[in-house]
Amino acid sequence: MEPLTWTGELGDILDPLLGIATLALAVTTVFAILASFVTPTPRITVNPDGTAAMAEGLPGLVGRAQQNALYALIGTLVAYIVGGIALGWQGAGIIGGMMRAFTPVWLSLVALFAASIWFKRSLGLYGKLFDSTIGMIGFGLVMFWVFTAIFGGVFDMIYTSDPLNQVSGMKNEPPGSPLTEDGGYPFYLLGGDTLARDVFARMVAGSTIVIVIAPFATLFAFMVGITLGLPAGYYGGKLDTVLSFLANLILAFPVILLFYLLVTPEIVQTGLPAYMAMVLFLAPLVFMGVLIWSRYRTQPNRAWLLLALVLTPMALVYLSVINADDTPIDFWPLDFFNIPGGILVVFVSVVFVNSPTVFRIVRGLTLDIKTRDYVAAAQTRGETPWYIMLWEILPNARGPLIVDFCLRIGYTTILLGTLGFFGLGLPPESPDWGSTINEGRKLLSIYPHPAIAPALALLSLVLGLNLLADGLREESLRD
Amino acid sequence: MKQNPDYDGPILEIDRLSISFFTRLREIPAVMDFSVSVQPGEAVGLVGESGCGKSTVALGVMQDLGVNGRIVGGTIKFKGRDLAEMSQAELRDIRGNEIAMIYQEPMASLNPAMKIGKQLMEVPILHDGADEQAAYDMALQTVTDVKLPDPARILDAYPHQLSGGQQQRIVIAMALMSKPSLLILDEPTTALDVTVEAGIVELVKELGVKYGTSMLFISHNLGLVLETCDRVCVMYSGEAVEDGAIAEVFDRMRHPYTQALFRSIPLPSANKTARPLVAIPGNFPLPHERPPGCNFGPRCDYFEAGRCDAQPIPMRDAGPGHNSRCVRFEEIDWDAPPEASDKPPAPAPGAPVLKVSNLKKYYEVAANALTGGGEARVVKANETIDFEARESETLAIVGESGCGKSTLAKMLMGLETATDGTITLGNEEIQDKPIEDRGPSQVSDVQMVFQNPFDTLNPSMTVGRQITRALEVFDYGNSDDDRRQRMLQLLDLVKLPREFADRMPRQLSGGQKQRVGIARAFAGDAKIVVADEPVSALDVSVQAAVTDLLMEIQREHKTTLLFISHDLSIVRYLSDRIMVMYLGHVVELGTTEEVFAPPYHPYTEALLSAVPIADTHVVKKQIVLEGDIPSAMNPPPGCPFQTRCRWKEKVPGALCETEVPPMRNFDGHQIKCHLSEEDFASMEPVIQIAAE
Amino acid sequence: MGLFILRRFGVIVLTALCLTFIVFFLTNLYPNLEKLAKTQANARMSDDQVVSWLDNRGYLDPMPLKYARWLGVAPAYVRTGDDGAIVFNRCARPGEEPDEVGRYCGVLQGNWGFSTVFRSDVLDILAERGWQTAKLMFWVTVVMVPGALLLGVFAGMREGSKLDRSLSTVSIATTATPEYVSGVIFIAVFASSAVGLRWFKGTATSAMENITFENFTLPVLTVALYGMGYIARMTRASMTEVMTAQYIRTARLKGVAFRDIVLKHALRNALIAPFTVIMLQFPWLLNGVVIVETLFNYKGIGWTLVQAAGNNDIELLLGVSIISVIVVLVTQLISDIGYVYLNPRIRIA
Repeated sequence: MEPLTWTGELGDILDPLLGIATLALAVTTVFAILASFVTPTPRITVNPDGTAAMAEGLPGLVGRAQQNALYALIGTLVAYIVGGIALGWQGAGIIGGMMRAFTPVWLSLVALFAASIWFKRSLGLYGKLFDSTIGMIGFGLVMFWVFTAIFGGVFDMIYTSDPLNQVSGMKNEPPGSPLTEDGGYPFYLLGGDTLARDVFARMVAGSTIVIVIAPFATLFAFMVGITLGLPAGYYGGKLDTVLSFLANLILAFPVILLFYLLVTPEIVQTGLPAYMAMVLFLAPLVFMGVLIWSRYRTQPNRAWLLLALVLTPMALVYLSVINADDTPIDFWPLDFFNIPGGILVVFVSVVFVNSPTVFRIVRGLTLDIKTRDYVAAAQTRGETPWYIMLWEILPNARGPLIVDFCLRIGYTTILLGTLGFFGLGLPPESPDWGSTINEGRKLLSIYPHPAIAPALALLSLVLGLNLLADGLREESLRD
Repeated sequence: MKQNPDYDGPILEIDRLSISFFTRLREIPAVMDFSVSVQPGEAVGLVGESGCGKSTVALGVMQDLGVNGRIVGGTIKFKGRDLAEMSQAELRDIRGNEIAMIYQEPMASLNPAMKIGKQLMEVPILHDGADEQAAYDMALQTVTDVKLPDPARILDAYPHQLSGGQQQRIVIAMALMSKPSLLILDEPTTALDVTVEAGIVELVKELGVKYGTSMLFISHNLGLVLETCDRVCVMYSGEAVEDGAIAEVFDRMRHPYTQALFRSIPLPSANKTARPLVAIPGNFPLPHERPPGCNFGPRCDYFEAGRCDAQPIPMRDAGPGHNSRCVRFEEIDWDAPPEASDKPPAPAPGAPVLKVSNLKKYYEVAANALTGGGEARVVKANETIDFEARESETLAIVGESGCGKSTLAKMLMGLETATDGTITLGNEEIQDKPIEDRGPSQVSDVQMVFQNPFDTLNPSMTVGRQITRALEVFDYGNSDDDRRQRMLQLLDLVKLPREFADRMPRQLSGGQKQRVGIARAFAGDAKIVVADEPVSALDVSVQAAVTDLLMEIQREHKTTLLFISHDLSIVRYLSDRIMVMYLGHVVELGTTEEVFAPPYHPYTEALLSAVPIADTHVVKKQIVLEGDIPSAMNPPPGCPFQTRCRWKEKVPGALCETEVPPMRNFDGHQIKCHLSEEDFASMEPVIQIAAE
Repeated sequence: MGLFILRRFGVIVLTALCLTFIVFFLTNLYPNLEKLAKTQANARMSDDQVVSWLDNRGYLDPMPLKYARWLGVAPAYVRTGDDGAIVFNRCARPGEEPDEVGRYCGVLQGNWGFSTVFRSDVLDILAERGWQTAKLMFWVTVVMVPGALLLGVFAGMREGSKLDRSLSTVSIATTATPEYVSGVIFIAVFASSAVGLRWFKGTATSAMENITFENFTLPVLTVALYGMGYIARMTRASMTEVMTAQYIRTARLKGVAFRDIVLKHALRNALIAPFTVIMLQFPWLLNGVVIVETLFNYKGIGWTLVQAAGNNDIELLLGVSIISVIVVLVTQLISDIGYVYLNPRIRIA
């Protein structure tokens, strides 16, 4: 079989279009910036019927041109996707092949966006996100990888070949190379790596690892940060001094040094991560317990019922998580599943690195909100401090926390990549993006493709998260 | 350089001005068909409630409406030239040179990282091309003119090193540096204490005469406008509804809104039983939900369907130099008294429920917050406070910032414990019982209404939920249904529709939020309610309604109301007894009549004189206090008021500087002062109502 | 001011002690020591042999005692023979007589130990490698700080303008590009044979002797880019906040021209917050330096850290930790003092 070109026959038409659209967008953007210097304020003219309209003028014209260029660019990109799905191998090339592989992701994205835009006025902050171009682009990128992780990891729909399978003769083959063996998927769309595995399949498999670990680790970092930040800010005094000192202590640690010290097989041997996990995973239980009790303390019966309902399953999961064979903690008979020591230690150290920053943010917000009158009102009716912290202060700090949550998932993704890059924690054959970059970098000057693919994937996910956070911040500040 | 030095027409002519703000969804008209002119040397007041567009007019004059604001109609002429047609460079030349502006927040108006001197010198350097030395001399001169002590030191200081009053004087100095023809003052004293405000107002009046500057004075306070302006323009919902000479508008008003406004503010003639305040019904319309025709129509007593809501109402002549935007002003009987009220008289005060004796509260604070170093200082927030409050009595606690009224409230609520002395509630001493140690009934007995309506409710909880939570904590009822029923009754009590139970606080107006706050405070049938300036952040027309509501509930429940305020007008209107505080001390305590009549404590005397009263018949004695309120961190020795007291030299020796005066008793009227009986007897009443 | 610095200094010393203890604790855990014994003596030792090997060198003493010895506040471990003569002294380097060297040999005495990987004194290694990293950091700062501040000030000057949107998107994009991604992309595009743009070198090994534009651009750019976006966003946020402040309106209505508003009134206020960020960025730069030195094969502190950690070189690892902890804490101190200096509202009497 012929090796595939990047864009195939479709590219003969679309490539020039893409080039023109990109160039147009770049030129109009530059013009728009220059125009904004020349004429600082657009004039508004008032029509006789009382309505007002933005005067066209130079800035208006450039603005419209810029918008059209953006539409043209998006249109061309959609054409690549549609063309890829519709045309055959040589017709659509590598890009087309990848687009076809992602078909379920595209369908889900279209459905999600259509539904969200349709109902955006009744969806609160999430709905408002669809008023911001930046936010929509960010959300689109994030959901692309989320869907990829789901369809790839759970339903096995996107893999072109087994991410761990080595095919002889495919070592370091360039993108679009036809497979030397028969059967299965006929091409390595993004080429083969040094061990002759499918780069594209590994990139897709890597997304599953990131999408599973990063949000969870961030969530735990938030639980820890919130549980400590609220009392530090609310009570102040000695407690605050001690907790802030500890937070600064961890922040003063260069992250990589910490990783090198924590994420080693020797540390796993000592059982230290298991103990840390025992403490760390207790945080959600304590959090939920305090949350429920502070709210329903005046109705003890209902409180106990709710506590039992919520905490029993959580406790079972907790015990199951912390118990593992061959670790110091192995006493619980009902051990449903084990988390490998390597993953556990990665998880623990990522939470450890993130929580001090969350602590500082929550503490700052608490210091601000606790001066409000509604907090004083709660105090004067004799509410317990934890009720005030969790039910009066926390809900009103949610805006900045949601924004930071998005940013922090991105940062966690970067941290996971860093770990992989240094070959720490995760098993050597793991397809996660950091490890793949690490393997690919050795032959970077000769065969860049095995490292470039995961690098771009990681870049786009983190960029998506950052844009999403930016969109959320903009929209939550409006009105 | 100044333009047209020989121009002698009106300084500012605004003609049929309309300003709109543009949002993503719609155009929001902020000012419509607004006309006013300012003659040389004249001071024109612009009065209205928040959101009526008065500040927008000022920014329109400065041509500084931001990205979203546009002038969509009419002209603004300054010395005969249309400001809209000027280029950016010409505008820059006029700003700060010929038109200067003074704003509400003095601290925020000064650059925190630039020395005062540099900020002042910038003006002549920019506009008159002055050199450094000339500019410095000018700055020194102006700072002396605004009566700041030690001008050279002040020029070398950063803004944060000055007090609020001093900062505002600097802002005024900066505005006067280039001797502008027009000075715009946008609520210049709202952020300041009353006695400091009086000093600033005095200064502005004096300098206006000295420099011959025309002034556009923007304020929500009718009394302040009366004291400062020659003419006044009343605004409502983006429109001017009435304008004219000050005496004309105040005594011969020709617009129902102006009348309603005057009836809703506590003038000395108002009285809570005989002539109660009349609240304006309804709410201020949102800018995009204005009614057709007259904007005030839906809230107006004289509304006539078909005429008032038919077409936009024009401004009409209502006497010499007097205009009104009312189609019916000729038909209305303006002298008819407000409808007589049928309010039952307040029940006589009963047995004492709260007794405070010899109460003290000292705080220790670190001298330096950043470093935590230095020795800790003791702040004496409350000194030897003694008083009693009886059932269904209103006791007003009056004082300016730093007087210790909030600390007192905190101790009553149990948020702080006393350093010394006792608080007896019922027959139990609670001074050492923090709120955690108080039982539900004790907690629900003492409740509080807070000052800031935008802060008093948790923004992420429904209104009903917040009241129900209070009921839960106070152990009310046995089931959720019980509590829900009670919550709905409480909404009825504060005259809010029951649908409000499921609304979020952001959907409520300020007055409505304050009502929810009151409902929450009365949820557990409180015996004592501490109201911390409950209406001071509300608009004038809403204040009356909330005050009324509070008193009505108090009457029904025989509650003791501790009303904390700095506003003597409202205190005079609603309270039975008044306690005046200064720097942690109670300086005077007596019934309302006693406190408002001589003998006075010198501080009370100054406070009474400082409060602006919107009544042309009132004659006040001018007493302007020197300087600012000392910091509670560093109080003066002896009598707390001695640094500003005008009676001090009457006391022999250095008694005032060395000894805290004793509490003197004049038949139950207590005054903490060293003055002799003769001096007390020689005091004249501060406020007198001239015979009509 | 003196008291303030003294207090800060106290906190710093405490922090340094805590941090080094943590590092010491983690590096001296038993599995690490076991590995050390096996690499130093004999890879096929039995468990008992390992224990006795370690015991004979003082490795199995209580952790606080070992830490105190390492610091140099407790006498070093010595083993005496049956005759009372010192037969082993931790202070003795290979080739030195155990009974002729002093009893205290810790970090405070300037004795940072001996690297098992490089077979040389830790302090010498750190001095040499540290100089290389300092050169890298210097150039990174020169590129990053002015770039970030310009980016942020221009973006924040007029919030919501086209310029703001474009520059903000650029800074968001750079914060989304960690060093190992941008480095890989840079090498692939500008240094690989596959793309063909061989403008720069994909390795910086030659830059250790002779820095040239060709061999140092990519590493510097890679580190600078990631930090730049973050500082730029902070600067922009601070600038937009300042530009909407009342006193800027005061200045505008005083007739000050836009350029002077930005330069005279806004800039100083707007730079207070980013200054702290820049100083706190240095610990972050340390991460970038480790990645870049590994990726470009530039043998500085970061590269040394990777080597030490990878080869269980305990004393070298401890040495690197001390250096990085000192860098972090000193920048924190500078940031505190600078903040106080820049912000007249916090003047210490």
